[in-house]
Amino acid sequence: MTMGVIEGIPPDPILERREMVQRVARKTLDRRILISRGMVGLCGVALLLALVPLFAILYSLLQKGIRWWNLDFFTKVPQFPSLIDPNAIGGVSNAIIGSLVIDGIAALFAIPIGIVAGLFLAESSSKFSSMLRTTAEIMTGLPSILLGIFAYQMIVIGFDEWGVKLPGIGFSGIAGSFAIGVLMIPVIMKASETALRGVPAPIREAGLALGARRSVIARKVVIPTALPGLITAVLLAFSRAVGETAPILWVIGASNIVEWSPRKEMASMPLQIFQSATSPYVALREEAWGIALFLVFVVLVINLGSRLFAAWLQRERR
Amino acid sequence: MSELPLTENAKHFSVKGDSAHWGVLYGVSGLFALICAVFILSIVASSIPAWRHSGLSIIYGRVWSQGTDSFGALPIISGTLATTAIALFFAIPIGVGSALAIVHVLPGRLRILLSSLVELLAAVPSVVYGLWGLLVLAPWFEHTVEPGLAGITGSRFPFQAPPEGVSLLLAGSVLFVMILPMIVALSRDAIAIVPHEQFEGALSVGATKWQVLRKVVLPGARTGIVGAITLATARALGETVAVAMVIGLNPLFPPSLFSTASTLASTIALQFQDATPLQVAALGALAVILMTLTAIVNWFGRRLVRGSAFRAGVI
Amino acid sequence: MDPSTMIRVSTEMSDQEGDPRLGPISMRFEDVSVTFHGRTAIRDVAFEVPKNKVTSLIGPSGSGKTTLLRAINRLHDLTKGAVVSGSIRLGDTDIYKGGIPATLLRTRVGMVFQRPNPFPTMSIFDNVVSGLRFNGIRKKSVLEEAAESALVAAALWDSVSNRLKAHASTLSGGEQQRLCIARALAVEPEVLLMDEPTSSLDPISMRLIEELLGELKSRVTIVIVTHNMQQAARVSDLCAFFLMGNDRAGEQIEVAPTKKLFSEPDDPRTLDYIQGRFG
Repeated sequence: MTMGVIEGIPPDPILERREMVQRVARKTLDRRILISRGMVGLCGVALLLALVPLFAILYSLLQKGIRWWNLDFFTKVPQFPSLIDPNAIGGVSNAIIGSLVIDGIAALFAIPIGIVAGLFLAESSSKFSSMLRTTAEIMTGLPSILLGIFAYQMIVIGFDEWGVKLPGIGFSGIAGSFAIGVLMIPVIMKASETALRGVPAPIREAGLALGARRSVIARKVVIPTALPGLITAVLLAFSRAVGETAPILWVIGASNIVEWSPRKEMASMPLQIFQSATSPYVALREEAWGIALFLVFVVLVINLGSRLFAAWLQRERR
Repeated sequence: MSELPLTENAKHFSVKGDSAHWGVLYGVSGLFALICAVFILSIVASSIPAWRHSGLSIIYGRVWSQGTDSFGALPIISGTLATTAIALFFAIPIGVGSALAIVHVLPGRLRILLSSLVELLAAVPSVVYGLWGLLVLAPWFEHTVEPGLAGITGSRFPFQAPPEGVSLLLAGSVLFVMILPMIVALSRDAIAIVPHEQFEGALSVGATKWQVLRKVVLPGARTGIVGAITLATARALGETVAVAMVIGLNPLFPPSLFSTASTLASTIALQFQDATPLQVAALGALAVILMTLTAIVNWFGRRLVRGSAFRAGVI
Repeated sequence: MDPSTMIRVSTEMSDQEGDPRLGPISMRFEDVSVTFHGRTAIRDVAFEVPKNKVTSLIGPSGSGKTTLLRAINRLHDLTKGAVVSGSIRLGDTDIYKGGIPATLLRTRVGMVFQRPNPFPTMSIFDNVVSGLRFNGIRKKSVLEEAAESALVAAALWDSVSNRLKAHASTLSGGEQQRLCIARALAVEPEVLLMDEPTSSLDPISMRLIEELLGELKSRVTIVIVTHNMQQAARVSDLCAFFLMGNDRAGEQIEVAPTKKLFSEPDDPRTLDYIQGRFG
């Protein structure tokens, strides 16, 4: 609607446009608001849907797993289910101890290598360091099964090519430690680099200005300052390692007794879950829930614990 | 420097100490680099007999049978791609939608809680997903979901074959649950980085909330979200144990979603034990294919995620 | 009043043709307060905003001016725990209780923010017409006309008319802010709110935008929040002065035509502020 011809003044395009905008806006308003409410609501539904699996898994774990938790479960070794009593399957202490040994040894060599390499990445800006960083990133993204193959070829069957001879140790816990350790190193490396880079440059350089050696600065200043980040990095990498199955799938062999020596074949929690879950015996399948619950429990405790500890350490520093 | 007498503290201040520092750093890093190099080489080397035997037919051949020494992995490769595609089909809308909800729908307090819950899913080990998939989801799929889908679609492709419990669809669904936390967490970061001022700017010209999300927030977060999806894809392509437990390990072409199938990672895992030497090499070839595939996808994903954070000034 | 305490009024001060409060009214505040989770940010606001004039809200930080401004286009709807009481009228409509949806209100009351916020993924053209598109206007010819009109009004047309498809990020800071002004103008609002629009810009861009205001006010009513007293003296017809009271809530001290407020304010606190004792 135009302003009409009043004393020969032409209609104001701005007022016309204003009217047009209001008209169209009013017309489309209800539909737009409806669509907005609907789509935003759908996003909320998506979030709820995303939580359903979490609660479903936790529920199943608790409901089916907790009944297995008794003293025997944690202290006895597995028994072959007999025809007389198909439910007398003993416990899983072999798997628990096995996990402890394998992951412990892996951590023992992965943590120092990972942190030192992370320190290298944080302090060096050479071509080698950027290549190393890319390598670490690629390694963290690779399927862990490949590391199992690697461990198999290096440790289980040994190496006899290109003039290098490495005796194979056969199926053993140490082969698993090797696989898991190599898995952990790039993860720790990347996270350590981030934590160490987080130390403000002035703190790092101040020592240099005083003339101190880099290694002293590193030891006495940089690493202690970055400690919360480093501890979190290590604990998170460890919690991931504890749950890994693929790398140890067929390099650690099997063991029905508690085996402390890594040179021998061992059992491990994630592997045990895998084998029990796919076993033809119902009791073993049900028992897998008990082990799984314990494994998830351990992983969550380490996860939450690392965050809480780092936060506590941060606060203590103030 | 050597002219001056060394005092007690001078030990900490000599230039010589620095070379020990760098020596250790380079040494350890070099060791790791060496391990990686040997790793890649050993896998490639182990696969050579297979490439010599079957050549590139490993990639396009259709028959995988150790009995006849023929190793065509096309069905296996397509199994990998199919399960990943199924996972992404559900994970992308639900993951990005959840991320939008976390950043723009939830009140502040709930935001942290729900983000943590979703991340909790990420900490669950794959084997537990496999356990749940096998013992809880599989029966449900076999008795309810798959017959239901067959009913609705009249058993038309791809919903035809009789439900067996473990299937391509099941494996894809388990993968979906596994990659969901990754997509939610990374998308949430990308979406949260879009400045609130742009949100207000769009609102102030009369946009509805959804219009702002769709035309300003999502485009702004696009790089990070695509990066998230790419990284999740890499993860799905390489997932071994959970898939191995729910896919049935059938190296033939799955005629329908309800059939059993095989993926690269699960085949390597499950056939290794009793493999003939040539088969071991063939599995090594699968490993090479898998390694190349995941490395490339991962590399792209990281570049995108880093790019989006970089442009927002976070890095 | 002792001549030595009179502020030196710049000759660039806007030309007041009499008291701006005597003309038609665009908006009216009655007993307006804004609280966040019970804590009052600003209270007892009561004055009228004259139509097609520039009204500035001035006062030191914490006096609630920006809070008041953002209440006018209902941006506080986004903030949990924010309550706007009293009545803000745009024409005949109470913008909170009058049944008008916030989305529609914002096509009548536009806003320009402190830091330029063009949409980075959109071209210059798409940025300007984004408001029109959001509201359902799609016809290309209409959009092009509106874009040209808005960009001309924002004194940006000459620099960008040949690169409308370029990304908004290719513009300088001052240009980006003028782009945001064009974007706000494209939907032809009745009121344009400006929240310290020049505080992040260089002096030349600032002057450019100040000159714009003089021309823009024939098209829209302008309410501008500014920290810069000289700017307020230069651009505005009516000035509203706010201070943080003892209860840490902002309160309205004085509302007067600019010339009067800067030369013979009624309230001694206003005089103190102008002479630089607060600020």
